[in-house]
Parts: sequence; structure tokens; C-alpha cells
Amino acid sequence: MQVETSGPFGAAPLGRPRSWRSSNAGEIAFRAVVTVFGVSVLLLAALMLYQLAFESRDSIRTFGWGFLTDTTWDPVNRVFGAAPAIYGTVVSSAIAVIIAVPISLGAAIYLSEMAPPWLRNPASFLVESLAAIPSVVFGLWGIYVLTPWVRSPVEKFLGGKLGFLPLFTGPPFGVGMLAAGLVLAIMILPIITAIARDSMMAVPASQREAMLALGATKWEVISRAVLQYCRSGLVGAVLLGLGRALGETMAVTMVIGKTYAINASLFKPASTAASQIASEFNEASYSLYTSALVELALILLGITLVVNVAARLLVWRIARSPETVRE
Amino acid sequence: MNVITYERRKVTNLVMLGLCTAAACLAIGILALILAFVLFKGISAINLDFFIRMPKPIGESGGGVANSIAGSVLTVGMAGVIGIPVGVGAGVFVAEMAGPRLAGAVRFTADVLTGVPSIVVGILAYTWVVTKMGHFSALAAAVALAIIMLPIMARSSEEMLKLVPQSQREAALALGVTRWRTILSIVIPAARRGLITGGLLAVARAAGETAPLLFTALGNRFWSLSVTGGPVDALPLRIYQYAIGPSDIAHQQAWAASFVLVAMVFFISLLARVLLSRRG
Repeated sequence: MQVETSGPFGAAPLGRPRSWRSSNAGEIAFRAVVTVFGVSVLLLAALMLYQLAFESRDSIRTFGWGFLTDTTWDPVNRVFGAAPAIYGTVVSSAIAVIIAVPISLGAAIYLSEMAPPWLRNPASFLVESLAAIPSVVFGLWGIYVLTPWVRSPVEKFLGGKLGFLPLFTGPPFGVGMLAAGLVLAIMILPIITAIARDSMMAVPASQREAMLALGATKWEVISRAVLQYCRSGLVGAVLLGLGRALGETMAVTMVIGKTYAINASLFKPASTAASQIASEFNEASYSLYTSALVELALILLGITLVVNVAARLLVWRIARSPETVRE
Repeated sequence: MNVITYERRKVTNLVMLGLCTAAACLAIGILALILAFVLFKGISAINLDFFIRMPKPIGESGGGVANSIAGSVLTVGMAGVIGIPVGVGAGVFVAEMAGPRLAGAVRFTADVLTGVPSIVVGILAYTWVVTKMGHFSALAAAVALAIIMLPIMARSSEEMLKLVPQSQREAALALGVTRWRTILSIVIPAARRGLITGGLLAVARAAGETAPLLFTALGNRFWSLSVTGGPVDALPLRIYQYAIGPSDIAHQQAWAASFVLVAMVFFISLLARVLLSRRG
């Protein structure tokens, strides 16, 4: 893959002493320090993977691949399986993405294509600032405002009308998978909106003008010119939101309840990898227990790395497309 | 072939544009609702005592979160001292020094690292610092937060350094100034505002993090500002512990602490934005 910047000093050959300048002690020292800092980013990523794999060696050795599929999480009998946590992580994030994507793409279209100029900047600022609200605050709001509302009317309504589906069976608890998915949806809304809006703003005006000149309506311009042009950026935005949802800890821990079982019903309490680590790590009383939780973290890291790498590759593609300036 | 009439296109247009507007209203409405809750529930529990007193025993009313605020300032401050210079250095490396391949690799890795779940970083700091020292500490929390700040800082400082006009570097080099002096005396001062903005945003992000503190700072109901001596408190941790506890008085305090935290994070973001938008 070709990467565009080589820095203002280009691909300057490192440490080839030719002039007095490169043998200058200050130059060498500065270059060394900055290089160490730069490479520390790469080292950090490598060490993170190594350290987690190393610390979970007991668990990996004891349970092998079965750890991924075993549905028992029983610290008392020293049996650990990650399947319920992985299931909870995937399902709660899926709920979040299904709810958040249409709303945030609509909002991004509004902010980029429809909002009057005086509204565009304040609204965008609001959305971006909301992405910075700490997750523990979402959790607090989730416990005292969202979950009572989810219990009644949301779960009562869903249970009454759609109770024949396995997804909506059982008594309404409030706390549970549905509440976790909803709180995650709210948390990733501003992230997806902000990145999707940036992608749409990067579409050249000429694309829109060409469609308009052909007599297209506003919506035809948006759907055929704008969304088509920046679709990889949009997928990237959704994946970044998904990555955030998968690893989100505090808000989920606070509203998901705590059960280590796979339940079809979204009304039931559940747990995610992150919430399980958060609520048990300090209580893990023997090394195999700790090791199993670290392996859970390793799995979580693996999943989020895959999602983030895919997202970045897609967002980069739009950033590097030839014309990114728009009047 | 389907004939799509002009009428139908007009209706589709109106419906879809309406849906987008509704989505924007819904998104902003939900988020404004959350802010309103934090504001109204929080502000009623805030008084001077809240900032200068220690937590009361569970169940008693009154008291404050002075220790949590101090602990947050300590851990985030230390994290900034570690994470910001290293992050800026990494940004300088990518923007000014590295060849295209290495620059691309560092940039990409930093981007991916910003997406690593913060609880994973907490476990990392736990195994690196807490298990080595044998107990929880502010230092461990600072290491965790610094790891979170590093990639954010590296990316933002690279972007800011790239905004400095190439002609300024060339002018300095043409005068016989060495590269490293050019970077230190010309490029970095020119990008000063942007770098400070990036630092502020990284601090705002770190100040709100809770998950990495669970296994590093742990939380502490008493006054402690020891760097290595044992558990310290932090504002997000206090919110979490009050929120999941049974006491109504504690819930009130959790809202108040949330208000303080959100106000702090917003203030820092706003400051960063103002700094960046001013010319000079």
C-alpha cells in the first residue's frame, strides 16, 4: 500500500554521515530521541499483545480452543468458558449498530447536505462534544433513567406485541441485554455521525453539481452522488462505532445485569467480555481465574483490532481520494 | 422498464429528506436529554462542601468528593507528563523524520491503538505496574492513562505539524540552521497552538476514563495523594461506586460528580476549540 506523506525532509537516509550536519551531536541525539518515541508506538502495540498472551498462558494451556466455545463460567469449580461473554459482546454491539446506524447516517446527511449554514457548526460542535462524555456518565443515566423506561413501556410493549419471538420472551427486567444495546447505541451515535459527516463533506461539490445539472432531486443527489462516492468512508465510520461498542465497559457493566448464560431473550441479564472483566478482575482469587479473565481481554483485543484495522483502511481510502476539497 | 414519474420522485425526495431531518432531531434530542438530566440532577446536589469536603460514611448526608478531585488531578497530571511529550515526539517523528514506510506504519498503529478498549489497557497496566509493585497506586493509573493518551497525542500532533507551511522549514534550512534546530525553534513554535489543543483533548479524554482505573487506582474513600503508596481515588471511580451502591444520598452525589466531570470535559474541549480557531 502506498502511503502519501514522507515528511518534509523526505525519506532522508538515517545515519549516513556525509556532512558536518549529520555528524552534529545535537542532530543525532534529537533524531535518536524522536525515533525512540515514534517506535514506542509500534512497541506498545506489540508488547500489549505479548503481555496479554503471556499472562493468559495458564488459561490457554488449561482450556485450549474450547475456551471460545465452552458456555460454563464457574469460578467455584475452576471451569471457565468465554462463549457467554463473547455472545453478549457481539449481540449487544449488534443491537447498538442496528439502532444507531440509520439514525446517525440520517443525522450526518442532514448536517452535511441539508442544515442551514448557521446551524451546521453549532450542531456539529454539539455532536462532537457529546462523543467526549465519559462512559460512566452514560452508565449513571442508564441505571436511573434508561432501565426504568426500558422495563416499562418498552419491554412490556415488545413482550405484548412480539412475545411470540424468542427475542422478546420473559418478564421485563429493565436491566439486561436490550438496555445495554440501547445505551451503546446512544454512545456510538455521535461517533458515527461525526465521521460520516466528515466523509460526506469530503465529496467534491462537482459530483453534486453534475447530478443537479441532470435534473436530479435533492435526495437523488444525496443517494446517487454523495453516498455512492463516500461509501467506504461510511462503512469505516460504522466499523469505528462498532469497535467502540465492542470494547465499551462502564456503561454496559452498569446496565446489563450479570449472568453467565446464553439467553435468546433480550430482556434477560447478560454479560459482555468487558463487563465481565470489570466486575470480576479484582475478585479473582487464584491465578487460573485471573488468567482466564486476561484471556477474555485478549479475545476482546483481537476482535476490536480486526474491526479497527478494517475501519481505518476504509476511512483512509476516502481521505486519500484525489479531490477532497469542497467549497 | 419501470417508468418513474416525476410525482413519485418528488414524494420520495420529500419523504427521505424528512426522515433525515427527523434522524438529526432524534440524535440531538437524545443527547440533549442526557445532558439535561446531568445538569438538573447534578446542580441541585452541588455546593461548596461538595468540592472541599471528604466523603461521609455511607448513608450520611453531606460530604464531598475533594479526595476524588485531587486524585483525578494527580493521576491525569502524571499521565499527561508521561504521555504528552512521548506523543508529541512520536508525532514529530512521523511528520518530520521518518521515511514513508515507517511513518505509515507508526501512523496506522497509532490510529488502531486509539480504538483499543480502555479496559484492556487497564489490565496491561495492572500486569506491568500493580503486580510488580504488589499494590494499587496512582502511578499504575497514570501509566494506564498515558498509554491511552499516547496514540491520540501522536496523531493530533502529526496533523498539526503538517499544517506548518513548508516554506518556513526551507527558509530556516536555507539560513544554515540544522534540522533539529529548525524543528525545535521554527516548526514546533509555529504549531504551538495546535499542539496545546491536542494535549487538552487528550487530557479531557483521560479525565473521563473509568475502566482503566478499576484495577490500577482502585478508589479510596480517604485522602491520599501518594504516587506509589497505595490506592487513590478519581472522580469517575467515585461516580461508579456511588451509582451502583444502594444509597439515595450517594446517587445524588453521583449525579453531582457527573455534572462536575462533564463540565470539566466540556470546558477543556471548548478551550481547545477556541485556542485552535484563534489566529496568531
